[in-house]
Amino acid sequence: MSDTTTTLAITRAVPGGESRVEEYVVPYEDGLTLLDAIIWIRRHHDPSLAVRFSCKANACKECSAVIDGKPGFLCAQRAVPDATTRIGPLPKPRLIRDLVTELY
Amino acid sequence: MLLETDVLVVGAGAAGLMAARAASAAGASVVIVDKSIIGRGGATIMAQMTTAVALGAAEPDSVELHAQDTWDGTRDLGDRAIIDVICTRAPDVIREVEGYGANWARTADGRYSQVFAPGHSRKRCVYVDVLRTGDAVSQALRSVVRRDGDVVRLSNVMLTKLAKDGDRVTGALGFAIEQLEPVGIAAKTTIVATGGLTFLYARNSASANMTGDGFLLAAEAGATLRDMEMVQFFPIAHLYPPLVQLDPIMWDPFRYKLGGRLLNGNGEEFLGESGDASGAYTTPRDTATYKIFREVEAGRGSPHGGAYLDFRMIGADALKAGFGPVIDILARQGIDLTRDMVEVSPMAHFMLGGIAVDAAMQTGVDGLLACGEAIAGMHGANRLSGNAITEALVTGRIAGETAAARNAVARTPVEAALAEEWSQLQALWHPRAVTRDDASVDAFKARLQQTMWENAGPLRTGAKLERALADIRALAAESEGLALAPVEAFALNLQERVELRIMLAVAESIVLPAIERRESRGAHVRLDFPEQDEVAVAHFLTRGGERWSMTARETAAASA
Repeated sequence: MSDTTTTLAITRAVPGGESRVEEYVVPYEDGLTLLDAIIWIRRHHDPSLAVRFSCKANACKECSAVIDGKPGFLCAQRAVPDATTRIGPLPKPRLIRDLVTELY
Repeated sequence: MLLETDVLVVGAGAAGLMAARAASAAGASVVIVDKSIIGRGGATIMAQMTTAVALGAAEPDSVELHAQDTWDGTRDLGDRAIIDVICTRAPDVIREVEGYGANWARTADGRYSQVFAPGHSRKRCVYVDVLRTGDAVSQALRSVVRRDGDVVRLSNVMLTKLAKDGDRVTGALGFAIEQLEPVGIAAKTTIVATGGLTFLYARNSASANMTGDGFLLAAEAGATLRDMEMVQFFPIAHLYPPLVQLDPIMWDPFRYKLGGRLLNGNGEEFLGESGDASGAYTTPRDTATYKIFREVEAGRGSPHGGAYLDFRMIGADALKAGFGPVIDILARQGIDLTRDMVEVSPMAHFMLGGIAVDAAMQTGVDGLLACGEAIAGMHGANRLSGNAITEALVTGRIAGETAAARNAVARTPVEAALAEEWSQLQALWHPRAVTRDDASVDAFKARLQQTMWENAGPLRTGAKLERALADIRALAAESEGLALAPVEAFALNLQERVELRIMLAVAESIVLPAIERRESRGAHVRLDFPEQDEVAVAHFLTRGGERWSMTARETAAASA
């Protein structure tokens, strides 16, 4: 097992409240997606991090977020070794909590 | 939140949406609920290509022949009445869904394009797109239900218990996940359409919400489960190199189109498929899964513990034509199929067993129906490719019709039952006041998935299954009393806590009959009992006092 890591800088927020950015360092492995990394954070570090996902295979379109300034899907983008990826909620839909926004 | 309706549908994949549509079309009011987003969560949206239906467009076919092929695939463990009704009604239902916007592919002369899939004796499978048939079916049903003023849609609501008045199911109880609050729905008829349970396995092709909720909901309300040990493992799920943006089971449709062959780690063919390189693809899923693992166990696996999938004999132009945009997604991730083989291996894919129902989708419990992947009977010990969406659509329609026909029944309020369930949930979530979760519930789920994969997965032995049972019970004991922090918005940890409770109970419902089934039949492979018994025996489970009770009956008697 390598010691390579990837860092996620995630916007934590509640509606009407102050938002803050928390950095999480996640063990990197080949093929790790941003969603995999967030699941690792919830499993090993902070289960209170809110994220919406379902299929993990780019079909359901539930795991949208703003990734390094651009909208995208967390399951469809790879984490980057030895680098930081900034992740926040979509700006337009109503915020539910953290990365979760309203979706129909 | 308290609601009243004629028909409550739990789960909003193809089966649930179709049930909602059919009940509404027959004049009933409907509430449809999903733990995820209506029409997005679950398995339907991930279905790749084939939908089996005897339309006879490509060559002469009949519903009787479809039923016979399906029965032959079940390894004598199917239910004839269920198979017959699904195959018989499939042509009409497929056309109905086309009317909602699922544009089944047509040939140049305007007929349905129907292709071959293993186990079917005719070119029988329609499709919308090679990788997006399920998505197209979901979208069509989602939009027809959205436009239907008689259907109330509730996303992100998890139902945790069915309400009962004596022996009758009177609705369901649970909570809203986005803005935490109790939810109770009083209904004349409740339909369980929650799909399967393959998220119980570490290697799975499932949505994260496929935690088997409906099996426990139904069993706790008095329904019987059948052949829960029968879990289908999809043989050629992607293993290596890592791939994003594609479903791990996406190789299958390309094998239908292009052929390709499977090789062991030594580069040898091992499936005995005669014309494999020329496109024939004939090995049923249960056999292919078994043979891949046999190569791995014999030390002839690929480097990451599977088999090689080889398309190199197919020319670059044919590959580009066959794979379309997928060839570019692969290229961006360093995979050139003219040069590289990929590694594949089995993955938990589909629940074959489930809630026992009759041909009208009645569970035997008054007021409770079930449909879709959640039921038993269509597939027995092995599902043919293409029969899942067909089962979901047809049984959903039947359940909706049966429910609407029960509209004369009186409704029973569920308010008091909801207060009781809400206090049960509070006790499960918050046995003590804490500001941080005692532990990650998701980590417990991962440990359960690991032991299920290793010990109750594709290759089983009595000793491994006993190990799984011990692990399940140890995890149940260890998670007992786990305290979670309060959360008001998007209560994912609370959802996961209920799911863990469900998954532990449902995992036992797989392992207990798997221990008793001392034979190998279809998807259930016992290395210590490699032969299939002459007489097929079905296993029935009921639940009482937090325990499963099992009975066994020969299948002829079971389907009589």
